[in-house]
Amino acid sequence: MTSLLEVSDLARAYPVATEAGARRLLHAVDGVSFSLARGRTLGLVGESGCGKSTTAKLTLGLLPATRGRVAFEGSAVTARRDSRWRALRRRMQMVHQDPLAALDRRLPVGQQVVEPLTIHRLEDGERARRQKALALFDAVGLRPDLFERYPHELSGGQRQRVVLARALVLDPVLLVCDEPISALDVSVAAQVINLMQDLQASLGMGYLFISHDLKVVRQIADEVAVMYLGRIVEQGRPDALFHSPMHPYTEALVSAVPTPLRGTQDRIILRGDPPNPVDRPRGCAFHPRCPRAVARCREEVPQLQPVGDGRLAACHLAAAAPATTAA
Amino acid sequence: MRNRPEGAASTLLAASASEPLLRLRDFTVAERGGAAIVRGVDLSLARGETLGIVGESGCGKSLTWLAALRLLGPGVVTGGEATLEGRNLARLSERELAGVRGGRIALVVQDPSSALNPVQRIGTQLAEVLRLHRGLRGEAARREALRLLDRVGIADASRRLRQYPHEFSGGMNQRVVIALALAGEPDVLIADEPTTALDATIQAQVLDLIRDIRRETGMALVLISHDIGVVGDLCDRIAVMYAGRIVETAATQDLLTCPRHPYTQGLLAALPTLDGPRRRLTPIAGTVPAPAAIPPGCAFAPRCPAAVERCGRELPALVIAAQDQRAACLRLAELPPPTARTPPEAAPLRRLQVPA
Repeated sequence: MTSLLEVSDLARAYPVATEAGARRLLHAVDGVSFSLARGRTLGLVGESGCGKSTTAKLTLGLLPATRGRVAFEGSAVTARRDSRWRALRRRMQMVHQDPLAALDRRLPVGQQVVEPLTIHRLEDGERARRQKALALFDAVGLRPDLFERYPHELSGGQRQRVVLARALVLDPVLLVCDEPISALDVSVAAQVINLMQDLQASLGMGYLFISHDLKVVRQIADEVAVMYLGRIVEQGRPDALFHSPMHPYTEALVSAVPTPLRGTQDRIILRGDPPNPVDRPRGCAFHPRCPRAVARCREEVPQLQPVGDGRLAACHLAAAAPATTAA
Repeated sequence: MRNRPEGAASTLLAASASEPLLRLRDFTVAERGGAAIVRGVDLSLARGETLGIVGESGCGKSLTWLAALRLLGPGVVTGGEATLEGRNLARLSERELAGVRGGRIALVVQDPSSALNPVQRIGTQLAEVLRLHRGLRGEAARREALRLLDRVGIADASRRLRQYPHEFSGGMNQRVVIALALAGEPDVLIADEPTTALDATIQAQVLDLIRDIRRETGMALVLISHDIGVVGDLCDRIAVMYAGRIVETAATQDLLTCPRHPYTQGLLAALPTLDGPRRRLTPIAGTVPAPAAIPPGCAFAPRCPAAVERCGRELPALVIAAQDQRAACLRLAELPPPTARTPPEAAPLRRLQVPA
């Protein structure tokens, strides 16, 4: 069975000018591979600038890739805006972080849920489209009387529900969500997380779920990929990754999560900022900040490879570690 | 000059002896001619104490402190009292107030790049604070500026002093803002979401820095955050705000393990965790009411699973629920405390780690 989404060696570089005026390449995403099955969720985590949002855009063909391949249900996704791409895009939708920015302020929210149906010429007639949109309103827990309201009349949680309804109205099989929870308050975020899980259980979509919040990702993802400077450094089941990380960067990310009542004596504090992707360090890109780097890390780029318990890690030290320590 | 305790230990002694350093009494904030946004807050902060304020957006957690420092301008009316060592901040002249802001009470806000002047060098901005609050000029100011940058972990300080904010990363800029806050040697640091704009590993760095500095200087801290994790990590005591009022306040450990107000319980149940079994989240139904639409009685009643008819009429007062724990719930006595739910990540209590 072909998986829903198959991404291999995906890369995107941008030409940039340095201060001195020299032309350089910024490798925003540099050789990312993963696959996603229907009904499953892959979480993509990392700090800003690690390439997670670029990966999302490349996956949907919103940006042309410099290298690599994206296959969606077996057919290649390219960034060419032709009828084939539009047909594919109907089945793969995106949910953004800020629902207010993602919605049209001058259009009633109900109309915005109807609009994709009109664009793709689905459902016969205005009435049927409205019926479909109202059904989606119901599915995401919005009252029908909100149909004629404008985005500014809705709360943050309601707006994000509208965005979800609009994405789901075309019956997609893949939903790419870029920080869908981050703009929401705690109590509302929990509502939306539960809603997303329920929708997935009933509709069987695959989620590519991008977030900087490890707790949210652990809640929703079946598998997690940690990105650093455009590459995946560790990938596996969330509990394996977060409870016994193999890559020192994952370890630092986990230990940086502020957790009430957890002692902080053994907290790993990384020094410095992530380096500029234009000046990607030689060897392992993480080595200048890595508390465990050895000489080899400065020279040799570690490959993402299996390290036991079905997990992948790109670290010279992880490969050497006995895989049995990870429970 | 001011009487400054040398370390955390003497701070604790001073705290027990004298009145609170900073106190809010029935403090209210309203838009001029509009609805009240902060509706009667009572809080006190002892010398050297760390107090966390949590709540969802729009609950008035930032507004309370901005209004207390009179930073909101004429469009806002305050009521009640905000006192610093017994002096009512509302009655200070502009000149006296200028000495308090930055000198006694420093403020660190969420977005460092908007807190810094983009067209002034970092050194100039530090020198201004040092001149205004410490009377330092010339070489003395420069030496102190270097020391401060060094203290907040900015390497190559003498070169950095000549740079502009855009030449720094977000985390570095927040360090500069903290250096600016420290420049006046304040007694209280009010940090409003100081790490929300920062990445995870940088957030950990900045929280660690604030913790270290606080231990060194014995400065009190008010940490405002929507993230109960951040607050629990750094504070001895937490106050939970909802719709412009404090609904619960307790020592961090008690608040997290034995919350008594249904809103606090709801907030904790809605949070995903990193440890323990993965369980379905329990969201709080509905949303935070807008200031103009705050229901009568207990503002949380429409969303509260334990609400009864009386909750829609009577405004609950903040009453003692246990030692050092207060909650504003009419049904406090009727509702049993949650069965000692030890959080999965329970580990040594942070309070005990403050050096003796």
